Amino acid sequence: MNTFLSMLPGSLMVAAPIIICALGGLLSERSGITNIALEGIMTVGAFVSAALLFYLEKVPGFGSGLGCWVAVLAGAFGGMLFSTLLAIAAIRYKSDQTIAGAALNMLSVALCIYISQILFGHQRTDTFTTGITRIKKVPLLGDIPIIGPLLFQGINPTIYVAVVLVVIVWFVVFKTRFGLRLRSCGENPQASASLGVKVEKIRTIAVLASGFLGGMAGALMVLTTDTQFTASSIHGMGFISLAALIFGKWQPFGALGAGIFFGFAQQLGVYANMIPLLNQLPSEFFHAIPYVITIIALVLFSSKAVGPRAAGQIYDPGQR
Amino acid sequence: MISLKEKRWIPFLAVILGLVAGTLIVILSGRSPLIMFATFIKAGTGIDLLKGGTFNPRLVGEFLVTTMPILMGGLSISFAYRTGLFNIGAEGQIIAGGVAAIGAGFFIPIDNQFIHSTICVLAGCLAGALWGLIPGLLKARFNVHEVVVGIMLNYTAMYSANWLYKQMPLNQMTRTENVPVSATLNVDFLRQLTNNSRLHLGFIHVIIALFLFWLIIEKTSFGYQLRATGFNKEGARFAGIKVKRNLVYSLMIAGAFAGLGGALLTLGTYGYGRVITAFDNVGFDGISVALVGGCTMLGNLFAGLLFGLMKVAQPALQIASIPKEIGDIISSLIVLLVALQYAIVLYRNKIRDWFKKARGQK
Repeated sequence: MNTFLSMLPGSLMVAAPIIICALGGLLSERSGITNIALEGIMTVGAFVSAALLFYLEKVPGFGSGLGCWVAVLAGAFGGMLFSTLLAIAAIRYKSDQTIAGAALNMLSVALCIYISQILFGHQRTDTFTTGITRIKKVPLLGDIPIIGPLLFQGINPTIYVAVVLVVIVWFVVFKTRFGLRLRSCGENPQASASLGVKVEKIRTIAVLASGFLGGMAGALMVLTTDTQFTASSIHGMGFISLAALIFGKWQPFGALGAGIFFGFAQQLGVYANMIPLLNQLPSEFFHAIPYVITIIALVLFSSKAVGPRAAGQIYDPGQR
Repeated sequence: MISLKEKRWIPFLAVILGLVAGTLIVILSGRSPLIMFATFIKAGTGIDLLKGGTFNPRLVGEFLVTTMPILMGGLSISFAYRTGLFNIGAEGQIIAGGVAAIGAGFFIPIDNQFIHSTICVLAGCLAGALWGLIPGLLKARFNVHEVVVGIMLNYTAMYSANWLYKQMPLNQMTRTENVPVSATLNVDFLRQLTNNSRLHLGFIHVIIALFLFWLIIEKTSFGYQLRATGFNKEGARFAGIKVKRNLVYSLMIAGAFAGLGGALLTLGTYGYGRVITAFDNVGFDGISVALVGGCTMLGNLFAGLLFGLMKVAQPALQIASIPKEIGDIISSLIVLLVALQYAIVLYRNKIRDWFKKARGQK
């Protein structure tokens, strides 16, 4: 039990970017655009925030706290800017979404490291010193018995951002008119178009929002777990987010649960040697868990249509 | 719709535009594009224009060594693509092939290099085929999309392979001992011929694979069925083709090509197994090769050489103080441009119409 408790803050810290990025994927896929490029978007967000934070730390006033959150916001906009490439390719010019996404993933790492080489002279950004640190105790909430010490003391605030975003995305997608239209575009775009929904506009907004969230996730990832951006800063987290999205059945709260579960699985790899029975298993086993589980989930879900029906298909207004 | 005739020249235009964009990026970052092109030429032909045209055969050998696995990745993606499947799982199949080949190298004691290395290569093909069987079966049986399964299997393969390598004789924590010489594809003759490059016998396997790809796809009724499935799945089913069975076979054969690529990488290029923390991106480069090569045998060969060049030139670029990632930037831009073929045709037509109008006004 004690090991479990000590794993909790770390697991939630890893889970936060997975959840946020999965939310981005959710918006995009619910609108009908498969977003393989999440990994690349996270990479760009991580690079922009890490590079900016390095410079911001030299500006008086940005040294602690504030600079980090400015960098996170910049990372989010960086991800959004990068996702416009996907929007242009997949929506405006009807490219194959998987191919465009794969190309963007390759481009992201190459471009970010290239710029790092120009700016910093080596294949990573220079190190930043602050980063996002754990909150000792959240006022008021931290005083609640049992839950307080567990969830509101010594926890990295990124998970709170993630939970708030889950609620917002859930509200937007399932409780607003825009959300209804968004979902209709992902199920049957021709039918929505016949009712006057501007499919291409809604999909563009969705992809840009997914870029914003993906970029933010990448920024939070690098600012909580790293001290600089390198080519392996994201190491497949974008794809884990994609897995969390699928495992969470394309639902915001599902993504939250799946994200925390995958975060836990990652932490188990670190803590397993302290837990009897589990210490018999290699750490690779825990790293592979999210991927294997997602494949199993896909098979289990396959009989029921849970994913957006039109995701990945090229939208042709003339098609019936 | 884009006609077949137009489809043929789109890759050429994409390559040119990609190189132009890369040149602009190099200029914008204050480096010399001339040095970049001279480095590409040096890496591809062994002739150093900046040093008065001196020739170094080692560079040609390294160029071919780098190209071979990428080319196999391309054949793998192409084979599946002709059946209408996107084998993004090639990366994992390459890893599976690599670890199986190394395993066979350590645990099957045969002294004859020809027999031993052939067994190891075949073990790699088999492992790749089995790793391709998983998305194939899931697609055929449960209609699960092969792209998502492929991505998940890539990571599963990486972590499984890392664990398997750690069960073999380890040299350091990050690599195994060298496999016995009889398992490798290295021969002194090729090394001496190319001034001590890592060039290995794998080029024979690549030629056989290219031939088999062409033979199966273009010349057999099985290949015809696969292509028919790729053009129109429902139509093919209606014509009595067993679509589901063919999907499984297609991904297995694609997996075998990728597995061969993995075997060439471990038995030829390195001679040992590596515990990796990130992908080598050989399979992802294969996507580029297949798309630019139009998924044909000859197209793959030329595109494979192009992307191999973009990869092998990187260390030399870095030494010439051009960040080596420019190779990957150009490669990924070329792929993006091929994906944007609709836009390319659109703008070409616009430019053509504009020229026509300008001429008409005269």
